[in-house]
Amino acid sequence: MSTESVQFHHDAERLTRDVRHRGLIQKALGGYYVKRDEQKSRYTDWQMARASAAAAKYEAVNHLDTYLLELTEKLEARGTKVFWAADGAEAADYIASVARNAGVRRIIKSKTMTGEEIHLGQALEKCGYEVVESDLGEFIVQLREEPPYHIVFPSMHLTRGEISDTFQKKLGSAPAETPEELTMIARDVMRQKYCEADMGISGANFAVAETGHLSITENEGNARLSTTLPRLLVSIVGIEKVIPKLDDLAVLLPMLATAGAGQNMTCYNTLLGGPRAAEETDGPEEFHVVLLDNRRTTLLADPEQRDALHCIRCGACLNVCPIFKNIGGHSYGTTYQGPIGSVITPHLRGLQSWKHLSFSSSLCGACSEACPVKIDLHHHLLQNRRNAIANKPVWWEKPIFAGFAWFMSRPALYRFAAPLLRVGGPVLHAIRGRFFDPARLWTATRDLPPPPRESFKEFWRKRNASR
Amino acid sequence: MPADSREKILRRIREALSVEAPKRHLGQGGDRASSRPPQEWLPRIPHDLAALFEKNSQDLKTDVRHCRDAAATAAELSRIARENAWKSVASHLFPLGTPAVAALGLPVLLTDQAYSKHDLERCDAGISGCDCLVAQTGGILVTSASAGGRALSVLPPHHVVIASRSQLVGDLSDAFDLLRKSHPSIPPFVSFITGPSRTGDIERILVLGAHGPKKLTVLLVDEEPG
Repeated sequence: MSTESVQFHHDAERLTRDVRHRGLIQKALGGYYVKRDEQKSRYTDWQMARASAAAAKYEAVNHLDTYLLELTEKLEARGTKVFWAADGAEAADYIASVARNAGVRRIIKSKTMTGEEIHLGQALEKCGYEVVESDLGEFIVQLREEPPYHIVFPSMHLTRGEISDTFQKKLGSAPAETPEELTMIARDVMRQKYCEADMGISGANFAVAETGHLSITENEGNARLSTTLPRLLVSIVGIEKVIPKLDDLAVLLPMLATAGAGQNMTCYNTLLGGPRAAEETDGPEEFHVVLLDNRRTTLLADPEQRDALHCIRCGACLNVCPIFKNIGGHSYGTTYQGPIGSVITPHLRGLQSWKHLSFSSSLCGACSEACPVKIDLHHHLLQNRRNAIANKPVWWEKPIFAGFAWFMSRPALYRFAAPLLRVGGPVLHAIRGRFFDPARLWTATRDLPPPPRESFKEFWRKRNASR
Repeated sequence: MPADSREKILRRIREALSVEAPKRHLGQGGDRASSRPPQEWLPRIPHDLAALFEKNSQDLKTDVRHCRDAAATAAELSRIARENAWKSVASHLFPLGTPAVAALGLPVLLTDQAYSKHDLERCDAGISGCDCLVAQTGGILVTSASAGGRALSVLPPHHVVIASRSQLVGDLSDAFDLLRKSHPSIPPFVSFITGPSRTGDIERILVLGAHGPKKLTVLLVDEEPG
């Protein structure tokens, strides 16, 4: 087993037994289910809306070169600098050099999962810059030196008490009892940071090729402030975020809001197409867009799973996943948690090290059902399993299955052995999961169904005889 | 500056796309060329846009107030200023709002000329116009030209929008059409504001005024000025 796999099993087992954690997550998601269904019911046809959102992303991803070039050309026409980064190191080096050349000291960051993916904040801190996360949830986990727990709700696993303790310890604030008081503490700290920062960093939810705009979705206003007040702005965008037309947003923005947080629309949906123009009085003087590959092209090269690049990072698949709800976001050890994380992480960071995530699934299909852009998530989990085994077979599986096939295709042997199981069944049940049980790895957490009193064959013979 | 990997990435993309991806699982409506416009699947828009806008605004906790004419607008704005004990405001020059702002008799920071962000941060309210109001989402569409720049509508703790009833449109597609018609090209800053700033990051409990305005008021004016 890979070290990632060992860590995963250890953390997952601990969290699954943690009843308090499970209660917290269920309570947080309970409200989401109600709001999401309420909003979904307002659509004239949710399923058709999903299909058209998926069609927009299919068009973009399957003509990625064309749309990226169109986007670049339109962005550059308004004075934005576009940098294409093959991996995280190239992106971070470029952003650090932009900061260095402009004499930046303080950086304010709004939420970007692509930035998390390449550990951008840490890389810039290492270069000596002050980097502050402005999204409330991200700010809280940054203070606690934890990774985000969920791609949309980073601090979902924390109670107000824990957050109050963190604020007292790290900000020296007075104890606070309500989410409102806590939010206001963060607001007061942050407002000075916006005005003092020389550089803002943001992500993007979509990039519109037709007009050359990044589209940023948020509720708090922190992305608008971070992209407006500092004199320099850098946005980091995965290459798969591009969409063909402005009008595609008319369906994608409401779908993202509904699937992601059960909202009609998210509070701020902002389109950024360039630095401060001649007729404007505010906005950044310089605007850089970093287009990041970081092995997205590896996923693109797998036509079977290419649709995983349709993902709009709404988090809907996490919210409905029975595995996520039990093991929590941190157990995954990945930037992207839940079903989408289990599907794409093997492509982004290596199949053999991360295949265990695809095996940790009940294949119930709730994720595929929830996905607003119709990614075939649970089949992709199966395909990852198949690829992992084909690529590195487990030596003992083949002989075992061969033996099983040999046994099952010999009726006489089967007839002889079935009654033995009826005798042996209670013995196996008695030692289930204990030291003497040869199958204890399997039976420790699973029930062995009691053998039936008679086989189907015996039942059928008796039934016909009594007629 | 490090050299970028544009050609390398484009080459990888083109190699990857040499094999076509299946689209069977997208199902009915998954074919872009043959399907109907996606707006048809979104929530329906009734005839009365003002009523729909108001209902959605209520859900979002946006305060919508009706004003019959310019005089009523000025009176309403003064009432809001007194209720909230404003000491200074920020605004920009726009026909529907400037007379009402002037009538407040408070110090006004204008953002359609060079201004200091620290001064704006100290203002109690930002008063702006907008491009249009989107009924289906309860949203307000702003651009730099229509709302006094990029910061006026988000930095002060109270944002007041003054708009006329004729600025109501149905959905996001209508809003995009309007942007295309009223500007030579889509401006570099465009934002849909859907309610006052909010967060649910602590125990998923709604709190208003996370970083942006704690309050959002829309004064909906019946008559066009002049």
